[in-house]
Amino acid sequence: MSNLLEVRHVTRKFGGLTANNNISFSVNENEILSVIGPNGAGKSTLFKMISSFLPTSSGEVLYRGERISNLKPHTVARMGVVRTFQETTIFKSMTVRESIVVAQHLRAKASLAGYFWGTKSAREDVESFGRYADDLIDFLGISAIRNELASNLPQGNLRALGLAIGLATDPKVLLLDEPFAGMNHDETMRMVQLVRKVRDDRGVTVLLVEHDMPAVMSISDRIIVLNFGEMIAEGTPTEIQNNQKVIEAYLGSADDEIGI
Amino acid sequence: MPRLSMIQWTGLLVFLIAVFVLVPAYIAASGRTDFYYTLTSVALLSIASAGVWLTFYIGRINIGQGAFALIGAYVSAILVTKAGISFWLSLPLAGLFAALVSVLIGVPILRLRGVYFAMITLVLTQVVTLTALALPVTNGAKGITSIPLPGEISVFGLTVIPDFAGLENPRLAFYYTSCALMVLTFAAMYRLVNSRLGHLCRSMQQNEELASSIGVNIAYIRVIVFAISSFLGGIGGAMFGSIAQSVYPSSFQVTDSVNFMLNCFLGGLGYVFGPMLGTLVLYFGWDLLFELGRYQLLVYSGLLIILMLFLPNGLLSLRIRGKGVAGR
Repeated sequence: MSNLLEVRHVTRKFGGLTANNNISFSVNENEILSVIGPNGAGKSTLFKMISSFLPTSSGEVLYRGERISNLKPHTVARMGVVRTFQETTIFKSMTVRESIVVAQHLRAKASLAGYFWGTKSAREDVESFGRYADDLIDFLGISAIRNELASNLPQGNLRALGLAIGLATDPKVLLLDEPFAGMNHDETMRMVQLVRKVRDDRGVTVLLVEHDMPAVMSISDRIIVLNFGEMIAEGTPTEIQNNQKVIEAYLGSADDEIGI
Repeated sequence: MPRLSMIQWTGLLVFLIAVFVLVPAYIAASGRTDFYYTLTSVALLSIASAGVWLTFYIGRINIGQGAFALIGAYVSAILVTKAGISFWLSLPLAGLFAALVSVLIGVPILRLRGVYFAMITLVLTQVVTLTALALPVTNGAKGITSIPLPGEISVFGLTVIPDFAGLENPRLAFYYTSCALMVLTFAAMYRLVNSRLGHLCRSMQQNEELASSIGVNIAYIRVIVFAISSFLGGIGGAMFGSIAQSVYPSSFQVTDSVNFMLNCFLGGLGYVFGPMLGTLVLYFGWDLLFELGRYQLLVYSGLLIILMLFLPNGLLSLRIRGKGVAGR
Protein backbone atom coordinates (compact mmCIF):
# COMPACT_ATOMS: atom_id res chain seq x y z
CA MET A 1 0.00 0.00 0.00
CA SER A 2 1.22 3.43 -0.83
CA ASN A 3 0.26 6.92 0.16
CA LEU A 4 -2.10 8.19 -2.48
CA LEU A 5 -3.15 11.36 -0.76
CA GLU A 6 -1.27 13.19 1.91
CA VAL A 7 -2.58 15.99 4.10
CA ARG A 8 0.37 17.88 5.56
CA HIS A 9 0.08 20.32 8.44
CA VAL A 10 -3.06 21.85 7.01
CA THR A 11 -4.45 24.83 8.89
CA ARG A 12 -7.42 26.98 8.02
CA LYS A 13 -8.40 30.14 9.84
CA PHE A 14 -11.55 32.17 9.36
CA GLY A 15 -10.71 35.48 10.98
CA GLY A 16 -9.95 34.64 14.59
CA LEU A 17 -11.49 31.18 14.35
CA THR A 18 -9.27 28.21 13.60
CA ALA A 19 -11.41 25.69 11.74
CA ASN A 20 -8.57 23.25 11.14
CA ASN A 21 -5.35 23.30 13.10
CA ASN A 22 -2.25 21.55 11.81
CA ILE A 23 -3.98 18.44 10.45
CA SER A 24 -1.78 15.72 9.00
CA PHE A 25 -2.71 12.27 7.77
CA SER A 26 -2.39 10.17 4.68
CA VAL A 27 -4.78 8.09 2.64
CA ASN A 28 -3.69 4.74 1.23
CA GLU A 29 -4.59 3.55 -2.20
CA ASN A 30 -7.86 1.63 -2.30
CA GLU A 31 -8.93 2.29 1.24
CA ILE A 32 -12.08 3.77 2.70
CA LEU A 33 -11.14 6.44 5.19
CA SER A 34 -13.72 8.33 7.20
CA VAL A 35 -13.38 11.70 8.83
CA ILE A 36 -15.71 12.02 11.81
CA GLY A 37 -16.25 14.50 14.58
CA PRO A 38 -18.98 16.45 16.35
CA ASN A 39 -20.71 19.35 14.61
CA GLY A 40 -18.34 22.22 13.95
CA ALA A 41 -15.26 20.03 14.24
CA GLY A 42 -14.00 21.25 10.88
CA LYS A 43 -14.72 18.21 8.72
CA SER A 44 -16.36 20.10 5.87
CA THR A 45 -13.61 22.72 5.87
CA LEU A 46 -11.01 19.99 5.57
CA PHE A 47 -12.91 18.46 2.67
CA LYS A 48 -13.13 21.77 0.89
CA MET A 49 -9.40 22.29 1.21
CA ILE A 50 -8.60 18.84 -0.15
CA SER A 51 -10.75 19.53 -3.22
CA SER A 52 -9.44 23.11 -3.52
CA PHE A 53 -12.87 24.63 -2.98
CA LEU A 54 -11.16 26.58 -0.18
CA PRO A 55 -7.53 27.66 0.01
CA THR A 56 -5.53 26.55 3.04
CA SER A 57 -4.16 29.13 5.45
CA SER A 58 -1.02 27.05 5.70
CA GLY A 59 0.04 23.51 4.94
CA GLU A 60 -0.64 21.54 1.77
CA VAL A 61 -2.39 18.51 0.34
CA LEU A 62 -0.48 16.19 -1.98
CA TYR A 63 -1.88 13.69 -4.45
CA ARG A 64 0.73 11.24 -5.71
CA GLY A 65 3.35 13.71 -4.55
CA GLU A 66 1.79 16.68 -6.39
CA ARG A 67 0.25 19.58 -4.56
CA ILE A 68 -3.53 19.79 -5.08
CA SER A 69 -4.40 22.38 -2.47
CA ASN A 70 -4.83 26.07 -3.31
CA LEU A 71 -5.61 25.30 -6.95
CA LYS A 72 -8.94 25.53 -8.78
CA PRO A 73 -11.55 22.81 -8.13
CA HIS A 74 -11.69 21.82 -11.80
CA THR A 75 -7.91 21.35 -11.90
CA VAL A 76 -8.04 19.01 -8.93
CA ALA A 77 -10.94 17.13 -10.53
CA ARG A 78 -8.86 16.78 -13.68
CA MET A 79 -6.10 15.18 -11.62
CA GLY A 80 -8.55 12.57 -10.34
CA VAL A 81 -9.64 13.89 -6.94
CA VAL A 82 -13.37 14.56 -7.09
CA ARG A 83 -15.79 15.55 -4.35
CA THR A 84 -19.52 14.99 -4.09
CA PHE A 85 -21.92 17.26 -2.26
CA GLN A 86 -24.85 16.92 0.04
CA GLU A 87 -28.13 16.24 -1.68
CA THR A 88 -29.22 19.77 -2.56
CA THR A 89 -26.27 20.29 -4.87
CA ILE A 90 -27.49 18.73 -8.11
CA PHE A 91 -28.39 19.78 -11.64
CA LYS A 92 -32.06 20.32 -10.81
CA SER A 93 -33.58 20.43 -14.26
CA MET A 94 -31.58 17.62 -15.80
CA THR A 95 -32.57 13.98 -15.74
CA VAL A 96 -30.38 11.43 -14.02
CA ARG A 97 -28.97 10.25 -17.33
CA GLU A 98 -28.36 13.80 -18.58
CA SER A 99 -26.50 14.64 -15.39
CA ILE A 100 -24.26 11.62 -15.78
CA VAL A 101 -23.61 12.44 -19.43
CA VAL A 102 -22.64 16.02 -18.61
CA ALA A 103 -20.44 14.86 -15.75
CA GLN A 104 -18.30 12.95 -18.22
CA HIS A 105 -16.93 16.26 -19.38
CA LEU A 106 -13.42 15.26 -18.33
CA ARG A 107 -13.43 12.22 -20.58
CA ALA A 108 -14.15 14.25 -23.70
CA LYS A 109 -11.58 13.87 -26.45
CA ALA A 110 -13.03 16.35 -28.93
CA SER A 111 -12.86 20.11 -28.40
CA LEU A 112 -15.88 22.32 -27.74
CA ALA A 113 -15.70 23.54 -31.33
CA GLY A 114 -15.53 19.92 -32.46
CA TYR A 115 -18.89 19.32 -30.80
CA PHE A 116 -20.35 22.39 -32.46
CA TRP A 117 -19.39 21.20 -35.93
CA GLY A 118 -20.12 17.56 -35.08
CA THR A 119 -16.72 16.10 -35.93
CA LYS A 120 -16.14 12.37 -35.90
CA SER A 121 -14.41 12.32 -32.52
CA ALA A 122 -17.23 14.41 -31.03
CA ARG A 123 -19.80 11.94 -32.31
CA GLU A 124 -17.77 9.09 -30.87
CA ASP A 125 -17.56 10.92 -27.54
CA VAL A 126 -21.31 11.42 -27.44
CA GLU A 127 -21.86 7.75 -28.16
CA SER A 128 -19.38 6.60 -25.55
CA PHE A 129 -20.83 9.02 -22.97
CA GLY A 130 -24.24 7.48 -23.54
CA ARG A 131 -22.92 3.95 -23.22
CA TYR A 132 -20.93 4.79 -20.12
CA ALA A 133 -23.92 6.54 -18.53
CA ASP A 134 -26.01 3.43 -19.09
CA ASP A 135 -23.26 1.23 -17.63
CA LEU A 136 -22.99 3.44 -14.59
CA ILE A 137 -26.75 3.49 -14.11
CA ASP A 138 -26.76 -0.31 -14.14
CA PHE A 139 -23.73 -0.49 -11.87
CA LEU A 140 -25.41 1.70 -9.28
CA GLY A 141 -28.75 -0.04 -9.73
CA ILE A 142 -30.68 3.14 -10.45
CA SER A 143 -32.18 2.27 -13.83
CA ALA A 144 -35.66 2.93 -12.42
CA ILE A 145 -34.91 6.64 -12.13
CA ARG A 146 -32.86 6.97 -15.32
CA ASN A 147 -35.15 9.53 -16.96
CA GLU A 148 -36.43 11.27 -13.86
CA LEU A 149 -35.72 14.95 -13.39
CA ALA A 150 -33.28 15.41 -10.54
CA SER A 151 -35.61 17.90 -8.85
CA ASN A 152 -38.28 15.18 -8.59
CA LEU A 153 -36.10 12.62 -6.82
CA PRO A 154 -36.47 11.66 -3.15
CA GLN A 155 -33.51 12.15 -0.84
CA GLY A 156 -32.17 8.63 -0.99
CA ASN A 157 -31.98 8.70 -4.76
CA LEU A 158 -30.33 12.12 -4.74
CA ARG A 159 -27.40 10.62 -2.87
CA ALA A 160 -27.10 7.91 -5.48
CA LEU A 161 -27.26 10.58 -8.18
CA GLY A 162 -24.53 12.58 -6.44
CA LEU A 163 -22.40 9.45 -6.31
CA ALA A 164 -23.13 8.75 -9.98
CA ILE A 165 -22.12 12.28 -11.00
CA GLY A 166 -18.90 11.92 -9.04
CA LEU A 167 -18.15 8.52 -10.55
CA ALA A 168 -18.86 9.71 -14.07
CA THR A 169 -15.74 11.84 -13.91
CA ASP A 170 -13.72 8.63 -13.52
CA PRO A 171 -12.04 9.67 -10.26
CA LYS A 172 -9.13 8.01 -8.51
CA VAL A 173 -10.12 9.50 -5.16
CA LEU A 174 -13.72 10.26 -4.32
CA LEU A 175 -14.59 12.57 -1.45
CA LEU A 176 -18.10 11.84 -0.20
CA ASP A 177 -19.80 14.53 1.86
CA GLU A 178 -22.17 12.88 4.36
CA PRO A 179 -23.41 10.16 2.02
CA PHE A 180 -25.66 8.60 4.69
CA ALA A 181 -27.19 11.71 6.26
CA GLY A 182 -30.94 11.57 6.68
CA MET A 183 -31.22 7.96 5.55
CA ASN A 184 -33.04 5.20 7.41
CA HIS A 185 -31.27 1.98 8.35
CA ASP A 186 -32.07 0.09 5.14
CA GLU A 187 -31.11 2.96 2.87
CA THR A 188 -27.89 3.42 4.79
CA MET A 189 -26.97 -0.25 4.45
CA ARG A 190 -27.68 -0.13 0.72
CA MET A 191 -25.47 2.94 0.38
CA VAL A 192 -22.72 1.29 2.40
CA GLN A 193 -22.80 -1.65 0.01
CA LEU A 194 -22.70 0.72 -2.93
CA VAL A 195 -19.69 2.66 -1.65
CA ARG A 196 -17.85 -0.64 -0.99
CA LYS A 197 -18.69 -1.78 -4.48
CA VAL A 198 -17.31 1.47 -5.90
CA ARG A 199 -14.04 0.82 -4.11
CA ASP A 200 -13.85 -2.92 -4.87
CA ASP A 201 -15.00 -2.94 -8.50
CA ARG A 202 -13.67 0.39 -9.68
CA GLY A 203 -10.57 0.74 -7.57
CA VAL A 204 -11.66 4.15 -6.30
CA THR A 205 -10.14 5.33 -3.04
CA VAL A 206 -12.87 6.79 -0.85
CA LEU A 207 -12.61 9.53 1.72
CA LEU A 208 -15.83 10.35 3.50
CA VAL A 209 -17.20 12.75 6.06
CA GLU A 210 -20.05 11.29 8.07
CA HIS A 211 -22.14 11.54 11.23
CA ASP A 212 -23.77 8.12 11.15
CA MET A 213 -21.57 6.12 13.55
CA PRO A 214 -22.79 2.59 12.82
CA ALA A 215 -22.33 3.18 9.10
CA VAL A 216 -18.87 4.66 9.59
CA MET A 217 -17.80 1.78 11.80
CA SER A 218 -18.98 -0.81 9.32
CA ILE A 219 -17.60 0.79 6.17
CA SER A 220 -14.24 2.32 7.15
CA ASP A 221 -10.81 0.79 6.98
CA ARG A 222 -9.51 3.65 9.04
CA ILE A 223 -11.02 6.65 10.78
CA ILE A 224 -9.75 10.16 11.50
CA VAL A 225 -11.42 12.03 14.36
CA LEU A 226 -11.57 15.83 14.51
CA ASN A 227 -12.71 17.92 17.45
CA PHE A 228 -12.73 21.71 17.52
CA GLY A 229 -10.45 21.77 14.50
CA GLU A 230 -7.86 19.48 16.03
CA MET A 231 -7.17 15.94 14.92
CA ILE A 232 -7.54 13.91 18.11
CA ALA A 233 -7.30 10.33 16.89
CA GLU A 234 -6.56 8.09 13.95
CA GLY A 235 -7.01 4.34 13.71
CA THR A 236 -9.15 1.36 12.82
CA PRO A 237 -12.81 1.40 13.82
CA THR A 238 -12.10 -0.79 16.87
CA GLU A 239 -9.25 1.43 17.99
CA ILE A 240 -11.42 4.53 17.61
CA GLN A 241 -14.29 2.99 19.53
CA ASN A 242 -12.00 2.40 22.49
CA ASN A 243 -10.12 5.67 22.31
CA GLN A 244 -10.65 7.65 25.49
CA LYS A 245 -10.24 11.04 23.80
CA VAL A 246 -12.86 10.20 21.21
CA ILE A 247 -15.34 9.03 23.80
CA GLU A 248 -14.81 12.26 25.72
CA ALA A 249 -15.23 14.38 22.61
CA TYR A 250 -18.53 12.74 21.77
CA LEU A 251 -20.01 12.16 25.22
CA GLY A 252 -18.25 14.84 27.23
CA SER A 253 -15.72 13.97 29.93
CA ALA A 254 -16.76 12.23 33.11
CA ASP A 255 -17.91 14.88 35.47
CA ASP A 256 -17.56 14.08 39.17
CA GLU A 257 -19.77 16.89 40.34
CA ILE A 258 -22.91 15.53 38.75
CA GLY A 259 -21.78 12.02 39.55
CA ILE A 260 -21.40 10.47 36.10
CA MET B 1 -26.02 15.12 -31.69
CA PRO B 2 -29.69 15.91 -32.17
CA ARG B 3 -31.21 15.35 -35.57
CA LEU B 4 -34.11 17.50 -36.62
CA SER B 5 -37.43 15.72 -36.83
CA MET B 6 -39.79 15.93 -39.82
CA ILE B 7 -41.93 18.49 -38.00
CA GLN B 8 -38.92 20.62 -37.22
CA TRP B 9 -37.73 20.52 -40.83
CA THR B 10 -41.20 21.51 -42.01
CA GLY B 11 -41.34 24.32 -39.48
CA LEU B 12 -37.96 25.60 -40.61
CA LEU B 13 -39.00 25.48 -44.27
CA VAL B 14 -42.25 27.34 -43.60
CA PHE B 15 -40.35 29.94 -41.61
CA LEU B 16 -37.77 30.47 -44.35
CA ILE B 17 -40.44 30.76 -47.05
CA ALA B 18 -42.40 33.21 -44.93
CA VAL B 19 -39.37 35.39 -44.23
CA PHE B 20 -37.76 35.37 -47.64
CA VAL B 21 -40.74 35.03 -50.00
CA LEU B 22 -44.10 35.76 -48.40
CA VAL B 23 -43.19 38.88 -46.45
CA PRO B 24 -41.51 40.65 -49.41
CA ALA B 25 -44.42 39.59 -51.61
CA TYR B 26 -46.93 40.97 -49.10
CA ILE B 27 -45.03 44.23 -48.78
CA ALA B 28 -44.79 44.60 -52.55
CA ALA B 29 -48.52 43.93 -52.89
CA SER B 30 -49.64 46.23 -50.09
CA GLY B 31 -47.08 48.95 -50.65
CA ARG B 32 -46.26 49.10 -46.93
CA THR B 33 -42.53 49.54 -47.50
CA ASP B 34 -42.11 50.87 -43.96
CA PHE B 35 -42.44 47.25 -42.86
CA TYR B 36 -39.01 46.58 -44.32
CA TYR B 37 -37.41 48.89 -41.81
CA THR B 38 -39.47 47.47 -38.94
CA LEU B 39 -38.75 43.85 -39.77
CA THR B 40 -35.09 44.51 -40.48
CA SER B 41 -34.84 46.10 -37.05
CA VAL B 42 -36.56 43.11 -35.48
CA ALA B 43 -34.11 40.75 -37.18
CA LEU B 44 -31.07 42.71 -36.02
CA LEU B 45 -32.36 43.31 -32.50
CA SER B 46 -33.09 39.61 -32.19
CA ILE B 47 -29.47 38.83 -33.10
CA ALA B 48 -28.24 41.04 -30.27
CA SER B 49 -30.92 39.59 -27.98
CA ALA B 50 -29.73 36.08 -28.83
CA GLY B 51 -26.40 37.06 -27.31
CA VAL B 52 -28.08 38.26 -24.14
CA TRP B 53 -30.05 35.05 -24.04
CA LEU B 54 -26.81 33.06 -24.08
CA THR B 55 -25.51 34.90 -21.02
CA PHE B 56 -28.80 34.08 -19.32
CA TYR B 57 -28.05 30.48 -20.19
CA ILE B 58 -25.03 30.51 -17.87
CA GLY B 59 -27.09 32.20 -15.18
CA ARG B 60 -25.97 35.80 -15.69
CA ILE B 61 -28.34 38.73 -16.15
CA ASN B 62 -26.79 40.84 -18.91
CA ILE B 63 -28.09 44.40 -19.22
CA GLY B 64 -25.08 45.60 -21.18
CA GLN B 65 -25.66 44.42 -24.73
CA GLY B 66 -26.22 48.01 -25.91
CA ALA B 67 -22.57 48.69 -25.08
CA PHE B 68 -21.38 45.98 -27.42
CA ALA B 69 -23.84 46.95 -30.14
CA LEU B 70 -22.51 50.50 -29.93
CA ILE B 71 -18.92 49.25 -30.05
CA GLY B 72 -19.75 47.15 -33.12
CA ALA B 73 -21.48 50.06 -34.85
CA TYR B 74 -18.51 52.36 -34.24
CA VAL B 75 -15.86 49.82 -35.25
CA SER B 76 -17.60 49.09 -38.52
CA ALA B 77 -18.27 52.79 -39.22
CA ILE B 78 -14.67 53.76 -38.49
CA LEU B 79 -13.26 50.92 -40.57
CA VAL B 80 -15.48 51.78 -43.52
CA THR B 81 -15.14 55.58 -43.42
CA LYS B 82 -11.56 56.01 -42.21
CA ALA B 83 -9.76 52.86 -43.30
CA GLY B 84 -11.87 52.46 -46.40
CA ILE B 85 -12.29 48.71 -46.06
CA SER B 86 -15.37 46.87 -47.28
CA PHE B 87 -18.38 46.80 -44.99
CA TRP B 88 -18.57 43.06 -45.37
CA LEU B 89 -15.12 42.68 -43.87
CA SER B 90 -15.82 45.28 -41.18
CA LEU B 91 -18.90 43.33 -40.05
CA PRO B 92 -17.06 40.31 -38.61
CA LEU B 93 -14.27 42.58 -37.38
CA ALA B 94 -16.83 44.66 -35.48
CA GLY B 95 -18.12 41.47 -33.86
CA LEU B 96 -14.61 40.30 -33.02
CA PHE B 97 -13.65 43.65 -31.53
CA ALA B 98 -16.78 43.66 -29.36
CA ALA B 99 -15.89 40.10 -28.28
CA LEU B 100 -12.35 41.15 -27.43
CA VAL B 101 -13.59 44.04 -25.29
CA SER B 102 -16.04 41.71 -23.58
CA VAL B 103 -13.21 39.33 -22.67
CA LEU B 104 -11.26 42.16 -21.05
CA ILE B 105 -14.35 43.28 -19.13
CA GLY B 106 -15.64 39.79 -18.52
CA VAL B 107 -12.57 38.31 -16.84
CA PRO B 108 -12.94 40.48 -13.74
CA ILE B 109 -16.74 40.86 -13.62
CA LEU B 110 -18.01 37.41 -14.63
CA ARG B 111 -17.19 35.98 -11.23
CA LEU B 112 -19.98 38.15 -9.84
CA ARG B 113 -23.42 36.64 -9.72
CA GLY B 114 -27.01 37.74 -9.75
CA VAL B 115 -27.76 41.38 -9.17
CA TYR B 116 -24.08 42.34 -8.83
CA PHE B 117 -23.23 41.26 -12.35
CA ALA B 118 -26.44 42.83 -13.63
CA MET B 119 -25.62 46.18 -12.03
CA ILE B 120 -22.16 46.33 -13.56
CA THR B 121 -23.44 45.45 -17.03
CA LEU B 122 -26.10 48.12 -16.62
CA VAL B 123 -23.32 50.70 -16.32
CA LEU B 124 -21.43 49.41 -19.38
CA THR B 125 -23.71 51.03 -21.95
CA GLN B 126 -23.25 54.40 -20.32
CA VAL B 127 -19.49 53.90 -20.15
CA VAL B 128 -19.27 53.17 -23.87
CA THR B 129 -21.50 56.14 -24.68
CA LEU B 130 -19.26 58.45 -22.65
CA THR B 131 -16.15 56.94 -24.22
CA ALA B 132 -17.59 57.57 -27.68
CA LEU B 133 -18.24 61.18 -26.68
CA ALA B 134 -14.70 61.62 -25.47
CA LEU B 135 -12.56 59.87 -28.08
CA PRO B 136 -11.37 61.77 -31.16
CA VAL B 137 -11.71 58.72 -33.43
CA THR B 138 -15.47 58.47 -32.75
CA ASN B 139 -15.96 62.17 -33.49
CA GLY B 140 -17.70 62.98 -30.20
CA ALA B 141 -21.33 64.02 -30.12
CA LYS B 142 -21.35 64.69 -33.87
CA GLY B 143 -20.91 60.97 -34.43
CA ILE B 144 -19.97 59.40 -37.72
CA THR B 145 -22.28 60.25 -40.58
CA SER B 146 -22.63 59.57 -44.30
CA ILE B 147 -21.31 56.04 -43.99
CA PRO B 148 -21.32 54.57 -47.50
CA LEU B 149 -23.72 51.70 -48.16
CA PRO B 150 -22.24 48.19 -48.31
CA GLY B 151 -20.27 47.62 -51.48
CA GLU B 152 -20.16 44.75 -53.91
CA ILE B 153 -18.68 41.33 -53.21
CA SER B 154 -17.60 39.37 -56.22
CA VAL B 155 -15.81 36.07 -56.50
CA PHE B 156 -13.87 35.56 -59.75
CA GLY B 157 -15.76 38.43 -61.37
CA LEU B 158 -19.10 36.93 -60.40
CA THR B 159 -21.21 39.25 -58.25
CA VAL B 160 -22.25 37.49 -55.06
CA ILE B 161 -23.63 40.56 -53.31
CA PRO B 162 -24.35 43.64 -55.44
CA ASP B 163 -23.34 47.17 -54.48
CA PHE B 164 -26.20 48.37 -52.24
CA ALA B 165 -25.81 51.95 -53.47
CA GLY B 166 -26.59 50.86 -57.02
CA LEU B 167 -29.74 49.00 -56.03
CA GLU B 168 -33.19 50.24 -56.76
CA ASN B 169 -34.35 49.17 -53.31
CA PRO B 170 -31.54 48.96 -50.75
CA ARG B 171 -34.11 48.47 -48.01
CA LEU B 172 -35.04 45.11 -49.48
CA ALA B 173 -31.35 44.19 -49.65
CA PHE B 174 -30.89 45.12 -45.99
CA TYR B 175 -33.98 43.12 -45.13
CA TYR B 176 -32.61 40.03 -46.85
CA THR B 177 -29.15 40.47 -45.34
CA SER B 178 -30.48 40.96 -41.82
CA CYS B 179 -32.84 38.00 -42.06
CA ALA B 180 -30.05 35.82 -43.44
CA LEU B 181 -27.84 36.84 -40.52
CA MET B 182 -30.67 36.17 -38.11
CA VAL B 183 -31.27 32.70 -39.52
CA LEU B 184 -27.55 31.99 -39.36
CA THR B 185 -27.35 33.25 -35.78
CA PHE B 186 -30.23 31.17 -34.54
CA ALA B 187 -29.07 28.08 -36.41
CA ALA B 188 -25.69 28.46 -34.71
CA MET B 189 -27.35 29.07 -31.36
CA TYR B 190 -29.53 25.99 -31.73
CA ARG B 191 -26.48 23.96 -32.57
CA LEU B 192 -24.46 25.42 -29.74
CA VAL B 193 -27.13 24.83 -27.12
CA ASN B 194 -27.43 21.23 -28.20
CA SER B 195 -23.70 20.64 -28.29
CA ARG B 196 -21.42 20.07 -25.32
CA LEU B 197 -20.87 23.78 -24.68
CA GLY B 198 -24.62 24.15 -24.27
CA HIS B 199 -24.76 21.24 -21.84
CA LEU B 200 -21.92 22.71 -19.82
CA CYS B 201 -23.69 26.08 -19.79
CA ARG B 202 -26.79 24.41 -18.43
CA SER B 203 -24.78 22.64 -15.77
CA MET B 204 -23.26 25.99 -14.75
CA GLN B 205 -26.62 27.71 -14.76
CA GLN B 206 -27.97 25.09 -12.41
CA ASN B 207 -25.03 24.71 -10.09
CA GLU B 208 -21.63 26.27 -10.58
CA GLU B 209 -20.06 24.45 -7.64
CA LEU B 210 -21.10 21.06 -8.89
CA ALA B 211 -20.01 21.98 -12.41
CA SER B 212 -16.52 22.86 -11.22
CA SER B 213 -16.37 19.67 -9.16
CA ILE B 214 -16.85 17.61 -12.33
CA GLY B 215 -13.92 19.40 -13.89
CA VAL B 216 -15.61 22.22 -15.81
CA ASN B 217 -13.40 25.28 -16.00
CA ILE B 218 -16.29 27.57 -15.21
CA ALA B 219 -14.30 30.81 -15.46
CA TYR B 220 -13.20 29.90 -19.00
CA ILE B 221 -16.66 28.88 -20.20
CA ARG B 222 -18.16 32.07 -18.76
CA VAL B 223 -15.69 34.20 -20.70
CA ILE B 224 -16.26 32.25 -23.92
CA VAL B 225 -20.02 32.60 -23.61
CA PHE B 226 -19.80 36.31 -22.83
CA ALA B 227 -17.53 36.78 -25.85
CA ILE B 228 -19.99 34.99 -28.16
CA SER B 229 -22.78 37.08 -26.69
CA SER B 230 -20.92 40.32 -27.32
CA PHE B 231 -19.89 39.19 -30.79
CA LEU B 232 -23.57 38.96 -31.67
CA GLY B 233 -24.16 42.38 -30.11
CA GLY B 234 -21.35 43.82 -32.23
CA ILE B 235 -22.73 42.29 -35.42
CA GLY B 236 -26.22 43.62 -34.74
CA GLY B 237 -24.86 47.08 -33.97
CA ALA B 238 -22.67 47.20 -37.07
CA MET B 239 -25.62 46.31 -39.31
CA PHE B 240 -27.73 49.05 -37.70
CA GLY B 241 -25.00 51.59 -38.29
CA SER B 242 -24.80 50.60 -41.91
CA ILE B 243 -28.56 50.86 -42.45
CA ALA B 244 -28.81 54.25 -40.73
CA GLN B 245 -25.55 55.26 -42.46
CA SER B 246 -24.64 56.99 -39.23
CA VAL B 247 -23.58 56.24 -35.66
CA TYR B 248 -23.98 58.53 -32.68
CA PRO B 249 -23.07 58.00 -29.02
CA SER B 250 -26.82 57.78 -28.42
CA SER B 251 -27.41 55.14 -31.12
CA PHE B 252 -27.66 52.52 -28.39
CA GLN B 253 -28.68 53.53 -24.90
CA VAL B 254 -29.36 51.89 -21.58
CA THR B 255 -33.00 51.51 -22.66
CA ASP B 256 -31.86 49.40 -25.61
CA SER B 257 -29.82 47.22 -23.28
CA VAL B 258 -32.86 46.74 -21.08
CA ASN B 259 -34.97 45.93 -24.13
CA PHE B 260 -32.51 43.26 -25.29
CA MET B 261 -32.96 41.63 -21.89
CA LEU B 262 -36.74 42.02 -21.96
CA ASN B 263 -36.86 40.39 -25.40
CA CYS B 264 -35.28 37.30 -23.88
CA PHE B 265 -37.58 37.30 -20.85
CA LEU B 266 -40.67 37.74 -22.95
CA GLY B 267 -39.78 35.04 -25.47
CA GLY B 268 -38.65 32.58 -22.84
CA LEU B 269 -35.28 32.00 -21.24
CA GLY B 270 -35.56 28.27 -21.74
CA TYR B 271 -35.98 28.41 -25.50
CA VAL B 272 -33.35 29.18 -28.10
CA PHE B 273 -35.89 30.91 -30.31
CA GLY B 274 -37.30 32.89 -27.39
CA PRO B 275 -35.36 36.08 -28.13
CA MET B 276 -36.58 36.08 -31.76
CA LEU B 277 -40.24 35.87 -30.80
CA GLY B 278 -39.73 38.22 -27.87
CA THR B 279 -38.17 40.89 -30.09
CA LEU B 280 -40.94 40.60 -32.66
CA VAL B 281 -43.71 40.89 -30.09
CA LEU B 282 -42.07 43.68 -28.10
CA TYR B 283 -41.26 45.73 -31.19
CA PHE B 284 -44.68 45.36 -32.79
CA GLY B 285 -46.42 45.62 -29.44
CA TRP B 286 -44.92 49.06 -28.94
CA ASP B 287 -45.93 50.17 -32.43
CA LEU B 288 -49.47 48.85 -32.08
CA LEU B 289 -49.98 50.88 -28.92
CA PHE B 290 -48.94 54.07 -30.71
CA GLU B 291 -52.58 55.16 -30.97
CA LEU B 292 -52.78 55.46 -27.20
CA GLY B 293 -50.58 58.54 -27.31
CA ARG B 294 -49.29 59.49 -23.90
CA TYR B 295 -50.66 56.33 -22.31
CA GLN B 296 -48.51 54.19 -24.63
CA LEU B 297 -45.72 53.55 -22.14
CA LEU B 298 -48.12 53.00 -19.27
CA VAL B 299 -50.19 50.37 -21.06
CA TYR B 300 -47.10 48.80 -22.58
CA SER B 301 -45.32 48.35 -19.25
CA GLY B 302 -48.53 47.18 -17.61
CA LEU B 303 -48.95 44.50 -20.26
CA LEU B 304 -45.33 43.43 -19.84
CA ILE B 305 -45.77 43.01 -16.10
CA ILE B 306 -48.92 40.96 -16.61
CA LEU B 307 -47.20 38.78 -19.19
CA MET B 308 -44.28 38.10 -16.89
CA LEU B 309 -46.60 37.30 -14.00
CA PHE B 310 -48.68 34.81 -15.92
CA LEU B 311 -46.04 33.45 -18.27
CA PRO B 312 -42.83 33.46 -16.22
CA ASN B 313 -41.25 31.09 -18.72
CA GLY B 314 -41.99 33.30 -21.68
CA LEU B 315 -44.37 33.25 -24.62
CA LEU B 316 -42.93 30.05 -26.05
CA SER B 317 -43.99 28.15 -22.95
CA LEU B 318 -47.58 28.52 -24.19
CA ARG B 319 -47.00 26.55 -27.33
CA ILE B 320 -44.72 23.88 -26.02
CA ARG B 321 -46.32 23.26 -22.68
CA GLY B 322 -46.34 19.54 -22.02
CA LYS B 323 -44.57 18.70 -25.26
CA GLY B 324 -41.06 18.75 -23.91
CA VAL B 325 -38.82 21.72 -24.38
CA ALA B 326 -37.92 23.26 -27.69
CA GLY B 327 -34.30 23.68 -28.49
CA ARG B 328 -33.13 21.18 -25.94
